[in-house]
Amino acid sequence: MISVQNLTKKYGSFTAVNNISFEVAKGEIVGFLGPNGAGKSTTMKVLTGYLPATSGSVRIADCDIFEQSVEARRHLGYLPENTPLYPDMRVGEYLRFRAALKGVPRGKVRERVGDVLELCQIKDREKQLIGSLSKGYRQRVGLADALVHDPDLLILDEPTIGLDPNQIRTVRELIKNLAHKRTVLVSTHILTEVEMTCSRVIVIHKGTIRASDSAENLLKSHRAVGELRLEAQVGADTGAIATEALTKLIGIKDVSEERVGDWSFFTMRTDANAAPGEEVIRLAAARRWNVRELHQRRATLEDVFVELTHDAA
Amino acid sequence: MRTFFVLLDREIRSFFNTPIAYVVMVFFLAVVGFQFHAGIMTVNNRPEFGQTALELCFDSLFWFPFMQCLSLISMRSFADEFRMGTLETLATAPVRDWQVVLAKFAGVFTFYLLLLAPTSVYFLLLKHFNGGSVSAAGLGTFGSCYLMLILIGMFYTSVGCLASSLVRDQINAAAITFAFVLGSFILTLFLMAPILIKNATVHAIGQYLSPYYHLHDACVGRLDTQQLVLYPSLTVLVLFITLQVFQYRKWQA
Repeated sequence: MISVQNLTKKYGSFTAVNNISFEVAKGEIVGFLGPNGAGKSTTMKVLTGYLPATSGSVRIADCDIFEQSVEARRHLGYLPENTPLYPDMRVGEYLRFRAALKGVPRGKVRERVGDVLELCQIKDREKQLIGSLSKGYRQRVGLADALVHDPDLLILDEPTIGLDPNQIRTVRELIKNLAHKRTVLVSTHILTEVEMTCSRVIVIHKGTIRASDSAENLLKSHRAVGELRLEAQVGADTGAIATEALTKLIGIKDVSEERVGDWSFFTMRTDANAAPGEEVIRLAAARRWNVRELHQRRATLEDVFVELTHDAA
Repeated sequence: MRTFFVLLDREIRSFFNTPIAYVVMVFFLAVVGFQFHAGIMTVNNRPEFGQTALELCFDSLFWFPFMQCLSLISMRSFADEFRMGTLETLATAPVRDWQVVLAKFAGVFTFYLLLLAPTSVYFLLLKHFNGGSVSAAGLGTFGSCYLMLILIGMFYTSVGCLASSLVRDQINAAAITFAFVLGSFILTLFLMAPILIKNATVHAIGQYLSPYYHLHDACVGRLDTQQLVLYPSLTVLVLFITLQVFQYRKWQA
């Protein structure tokens, strides 16, 4: 459905997107993740034909977005960041205008608009001025606009930004419901959203793709960010000795210690796919530490995200 | 073609969603109405001048409000889309850029025609009631005058669209349009003033370009084919530049 080859986009001397390639197959829901300024929105703007690429090619439904721009755009429903709308129009009027503009046959415009009003739960706002809508409703109008011509491909740029948790849930449900017959590319900061809705995640940072896989696989391959917590009374082994002993264990990257009264709280960062828990218990037994708790914290997508996009290098 | 009309329909509707349209309409009709009234008074009091109400109506005092109205109705066209960010939804719909530019222009131009249309009733009524005497001007003169008003308005409208595509703020757009239109108006008048400029060539250039001169000529029934070519071709040129600016600004976004 989407095929991006060696896409580069520069603004003057600043490279926003640097030589990225990816494919999105029909029926996939792909989450587009990255910190602010990573190049997500720029990539989406190029995909929708709004901005020209500096180099590389983008094909949407087998149409080159630049050469056959209008044909490609017919396949596409796009919700830009911040949902720009005409405040002086009424919801129904706006959607009818957009439907006609996107080539919905004259006789079908009312029917389609009725459908998306229903789908996005804004039927009761049909006659309201867009300028007087709340943020959540504006977002839904934007989504209804993206859907009004029944496109095969939806590109949604941060559809849940600025919404309250209930509205986020509604929009998320909506995206999930839309998905079964469409391809969706959705950018967001909200990681739980990605885990819940997306079949694949593309992580982009500083204009390059850092990872592209299912959320599950990303978690498996990034156990490095796992964490082990130990609470124990180490007795005679004052802090430094215990810390050193723990650090020497296989699979442990580093250890930090906090002391509250008799009790020491150790936090250990562990290597990829290592399970040093048993070693820690053996060490504790040998040293006669009084262990109260040993807890392996599982990596979340957030950890993976931070690992992929924080800038050590 | 449908896309163009869908866009045009929205442009025209959007005029009537803002108070500016109504203010401009009232203002324009009041000014032309006053001019018409003053024209008839002059014709009645000074028949020896041999002027018609038509000629007097679209003279001198008519021009300032005319330019102001054109700046005001064209200022929103592109500037608003840039400011609200709606350009992004517009440009990612299956629409070609030239369709957008043409529809914006046609929208403003249609509104201008709507402004102008009621004023024609004044002269048709006058002609009807005074039995076709010289003071009312014949239908041919009436036609040539309105044709010229349409042509000049078309060109100024395109300039307004260009100005609007250059800036983000509509007031700036109106200011640019007004400055350009007024500047070119005064400059061409200045060039053709025999007291100020003695050079015959410069004088001729002034005459060739001056909208004031053209409208005055048309209102006394002299219609020059040069102007029939001049204004449409200038309009096409300005719209072409507008298209280039529009694409440039879009891609900068």
